[in-house]
Amino acid sequence: MLKAFEDAVKEFGVENICKVARTGCIGTCSVGPAVLVDPGDYLYQCVTLENAREIVQKHIVLGEPVKRILYNNEGYFQKQQRLVLRNAGKIDPTRIQDYISVGGYFALAKCLATMTPQGVVDEITNSGLRGRGGAGFPVGQKWSLVARAHNTPKYIVANLDEGDPGVFANRTLAEADPHAIIEGMLIAGYAIGAQKGYIYIRSEYPLAIQTLQKAIAQAKDMNLLGDNILETQHKFDLELRFGAGAFVAGEETAILVSVEGRRAQPRPRPPYPANQGLWTKPTLIQNVESLANAPLIVLNGWAWFKSFGLPNCTGTKCFSLTGEINNPGLIEVPMGITLREIVYDIGGGISNGKKFKSVLVGGPSGGCLPEPLLEAPIDYDSLKKVGAIMGSGGIVVLNENSCMVDTARYFTDFCIEESCGKCTPCRAGLARVKEIFDRITTGEGELNDIDILEKASEYISNASLCGLGQTAPNPILTTLRYFREEYLEHIVDKKCRAGVCFKNEKAEE
Amino acid sequence: MTLNPMITLKIDGVQISVPEGTTILKAAKDNGILIPTLCDLEGLTPYGGCRLCLVEVTGSPKLFPACITPASPGMEVTTNSDRLKDYRRTAVQMLMAERVHICAVCVANDHCELQALANQLGVDHVALERNFTREQIDSSHDFLVIDRNRCILCTRCIRICDQIEGVHTLDLKLRSKNTEVIMDLDESWGNSCSCTSCRKCAKVCPVGAIYIEGEPITQTKNRDVAEFITARRNRK
Repeated sequence: MLKAFEDAVKEFGVENICKVARTGCIGTCSVGPAVLVDPGDYLYQCVTLENAREIVQKHIVLGEPVKRILYNNEGYFQKQQRLVLRNAGKIDPTRIQDYISVGGYFALAKCLATMTPQGVVDEITNSGLRGRGGAGFPVGQKWSLVARAHNTPKYIVANLDEGDPGVFANRTLAEADPHAIIEGMLIAGYAIGAQKGYIYIRSEYPLAIQTLQKAIAQAKDMNLLGDNILETQHKFDLELRFGAGAFVAGEETAILVSVEGRRAQPRPRPPYPANQGLWTKPTLIQNVESLANAPLIVLNGWAWFKSFGLPNCTGTKCFSLTGEINNPGLIEVPMGITLREIVYDIGGGISNGKKFKSVLVGGPSGGCLPEPLLEAPIDYDSLKKVGAIMGSGGIVVLNENSCMVDTARYFTDFCIEESCGKCTPCRAGLARVKEIFDRITTGEGELNDIDILEKASEYISNASLCGLGQTAPNPILTTLRYFREEYLEHIVDKKCRAGVCFKNEKAEE
Repeated sequence: MTLNPMITLKIDGVQISVPEGTTILKAAKDNGILIPTLCDLEGLTPYGGCRLCLVEVTGSPKLFPACITPASPGMEVTTNSDRLKDYRRTAVQMLMAERVHICAVCVANDHCELQALANQLGVDHVALERNFTREQIDSSHDFLVIDRNRCILCTRCIRICDQIEGVHTLDLKLRSKNTEVIMDLDESWGNSCSCTSCRKCAKVCPVGAIYIEGEPITQTKNRDVAEFITARRNRK
């Protein structure tokens, strides 16, 4: 495709006014491959090799956009606010010059030249930014905890271990705008006094790894990483660490031992990583999305950042919107937007004319919410109230063809596979829960199974060691809360309204 | 020897003074309040895996593992509320159902901490479906045997092998319910080049997962060995 455009540009002799570049993902999964013509933000959808010539000839040479294949879904971008993903799809991620040309590394220069470390921490604290990894801990508070810790050296770990099925926000960020992550880490390093950072990335993201490696090398060449950054005394070095494919390695304490090269198992807190993290030194662990927000806040000021989202929950959040929906993709929306706006205005409603059934917010340990709760605003606290979590930002939309019992069983299965095996409730408990689901979905369920499920779920979420176990029963609890009648149908009438369960028995008949 | 300053806290309504840095578990134990544990063993680093020692702390909705949480001044700890008892019974049942725990045919019958705990907590039956796993039994060593079907993954053997004997022969492989204790790089025990055959793993195993062939279980089990050795080593 890239070559087709390059050839076309050569053919029409417009090399000197037109540059063809490969960019990261723009977020519109349903209409790829997409081509963006700048200036003017003309986005072409489902471009074929034959279209390349036509676009160059008509649009570039004659100045007339090819309307026939222009992206025509205004709603998709209208309700979004792209801060973290500001450069996704607009710059060439393999060229540091592109990032600098759109204002990249200016925030770092501003920090080093005009701000004290404490000033940077204050700026972030005032902005009200909360951790985007899922738990929503205030970022500024975390930074000042590490900044105040006495022990040295200090470390930064950027969490890019995005293990949830159907979630690809961090990956897209790394592939489309790797320098935003690096700049965020540099700023954090300056603020807390750390000189060494690690990006923990899963090995399943080869393109993201490649892009980041290239970006780090370029930043080193330009003296943005290493000693005497921008001719100041500030030092910072960066290394990539690869995960071995464990979901639990994204947990705060598990990621530390994994970076150290040991088996990724969480440990109880306290001591918190802010005091005793990597090699028992103070460590800042932050999701890459939170870090990518930092340059914006520093550059534009905390007051500017507060103008996005809600007063008590500022900024934007990236969501991976998938499932039975017309416009799946990667979106970035302000906090406080309702689920209905996401599903219908941005997502374009349910695909194939089916009826909406439920939306799963927060990945495999999120909650399944029913139609009436579509009005719920998205922020950490409201989601928690209805039984879901922000999590890594996965939104899966389910239509009437999905069985909620089966959905809960599926996600429980995932959490069982990914449990590290350390603590009893998560390892032994979830496996027992799964057996109950197996009984219910094969027609051998009994009425008191619901009680056992409820009791076991409560136990697992209260007694587990880490976030994985504590949130793993969320799909069970929310489906029991909002779709209880489906459980009863399975148990009493031996019937699955979506026609998903009891398949094996029918085959035997 | 400098002693840490003393702090005062309340456990089950009893006023207790302990040196700063003491865990809740130790503070309670020193004052005659026993909190059930399975993975914890004095002399080894705490692990926090079995979740039996969870306690309530007034003012926090969370539960805290007593084996690892340090006592802090003014803390009010509850160790035996109805909820905690219920949770402990659930945990014991889940462990019993997870792998093959049939006391009548187990080598550690009557010398098993899981069994004792079940008795103590009044778990007289397992409401959950029991699993009959077919994990590997390794008897290739001259006298040490591991029956992984009885393992509750408390990692006492791994910790004592690493921290006291210092060879780290044992470790875990895989995750979730497939987690297994292995020797070296998943060698059979007889072929392990690092194992010193010191028997400490068998001594501290809370159940009958690691035992010594042909030796009476009463003679094998010596769960104070870690505490004893650590205390002797620290003696100046």
